[in-house]
Amino acid sequence: MGLAKLNELYKEVILENAQHPKHYGDLPQATGKLQLRNPTCGDVINVSVLIDHDQIEDLSFSGSGCTISQASASLMTMALLHQPVSRARELVMAFSHLITGESITSTDEDALGDAALVGSVAEFPARIKCAALAWHAVDEILGQKGADFND
Amino acid sequence: MDKGLNNSRQDFPILNQQVNGEPLVYLDNAATTQKPLAVLNAIMDYYQHDNANVHRGVHTLAERATESYEASRDKVAEFINAPSRRSIIFTRSTTESLNWIAASFGNLVVSEGDEIVISELEHHSNIVPWQQVAQKQHATLKYIGLTADGELDIQSARELITDRTKIVAIAHASNVMGVVNPIKELAKLAHQHGAYIIADGAQAAPHMPIDVSDLDVDFYALSGHKMLAPTGIGVLYGKEALLNMMPPAQFGGEMIDFVHHQDASFKELPWKFEAGTPNISGAIALGRAIDYLNELGMDNVLAYEKDLVKYTLPRLLAIDGVRVYGPPDPDKHTGVLSFNVWGLHPHDLATGLDMEGIAVRAGHHCAQPLMEYLNVEATARASFYFYNTQQDADRFIHAITAVKEFFADGIS
Repeated sequence: MGLAKLNELYKEVILENAQHPKHYGDLPQATGKLQLRNPTCGDVINVSVLIDHDQIEDLSFSGSGCTISQASASLMTMALLHQPVSRARELVMAFSHLITGESITSTDEDALGDAALVGSVAEFPARIKCAALAWHAVDEILGQKGADFND
Repeated sequence: MDKGLNNSRQDFPILNQQVNGEPLVYLDNAATTQKPLAVLNAIMDYYQHDNANVHRGVHTLAERATESYEASRDKVAEFINAPSRRSIIFTRSTTESLNWIAASFGNLVVSEGDEIVISELEHHSNIVPWQQVAQKQHATLKYIGLTADGELDIQSARELITDRTKIVAIAHASNVMGVVNPIKELAKLAHQHGAYIIADGAQAAPHMPIDVSDLDVDFYALSGHKMLAPTGIGVLYGKEALLNMMPPAQFGGEMIDFVHHQDASFKELPWKFEAGTPNISGAIALGRAIDYLNELGMDNVLAYEKDLVKYTLPRLLAIDGVRVYGPPDPDKHTGVLSFNVWGLHPHDLATGLDMEGIAVRAGHHCAQPLMEYLNVEATARASFYFYNTQQDADRFIHAITAVKEFFADGIS
């Protein structure tokens, strides 16, 4: 089999997003920020989100990690930008299903866009955590926000 | 074809398999080694013929189980040249041994204002227990620095080990830098200042002859699973006088002499520390692993691995963009090779190597302070044992080049 199988994981869009990540950096006017670490490898990801009228107006990420974690974070910012908070959390859930090998609706897959291509990580179990890190961070931020709004 | 030291490869059936369609090359021996048939059979044999609890019961099986368990203690004592079997305590792992030494002995001898000296290349299991002692006793934890080549800086050790030092705790061999530390010299230094020395032998005992009497260490810790035995069995060696001073870390059955309603007296060494039913089959398997290593001869294991490093290290260093941590001189390097490829995250590299059937570790190797010291987030690590071969090294070197090209070219 050899390296040919690597093409399934490291698709062109993934390599491109890892090398030139979108929405990379800090967001000074963010309404929510979180840093998450992957304790098994030392990777660090910072996610910042600006929410206005229950919608993600802007979001960004920074940090260091492998190709999969960086590309997944970059593609996440593309998928969630301008989404309502509740829809964004649905998409995080759909992404989580996708990378653990479960099927998702075609509507969700379309909404995830290029981020859905990270789904092939399901065949590389050791790397699922790398793909999930940024999405866990954003979900936690949105969860806190949701609680605030319910108050 | 090369079959490892003394054709030992055939004794490890797990090595004879395909991973991702390629023959397995197992280079993660610093994490855990594979187990030879002789060890696997010893476990099966014990459960099929002799299984019983030890040190209790007068029946024949209990007698056999006790005899085999205690015979393993003698084998360990001989393997590391301990002066007495009373100095050999069975534990769960090196981590448990170090935790017991820190919690029971450390807290006994360290008090406010004292200093504990470790080094920049320690595993978390020889850092965090000492942080706990330092915090509890209001003592200071100090780190011996490294030379530019990644060796322990003996000059720094001479400056840090003073009359304020109560404990010196150092890895005998590093799980990242591939260096062997001058434990005998450090022991002399520690003792001159009235301090005690503890050596973490997890990465040394599987790969070289160990003589705790000659090293003159006060305590020594090792793990069975890194030297052919199963997981869950480890050893704590201590000088008898110190073990007598040290209170047990756990209490219960097995370790007591007599129990009254309000207090109890404890058994003599070594049983004073072994509360509850121990890992009997694990200890017996460790004894069989030691027999296996003795049949090979630890001098031969050391020499064989040295030859493999002499073959592999220059070839690894010759790959453009590869940085190897620790000394570039193969004579100073154990079979642990930590490295990075420029522009490539070690996780991506390790996934690529896995597709070629090659198992290496990628991450911080439970040594985050060292990663910080080296100013890297993580490294890849290939670690060899006596059943690895030059063909393994060739496949490893070739695969690094192929993975590097894959990522340089993008989609092929």
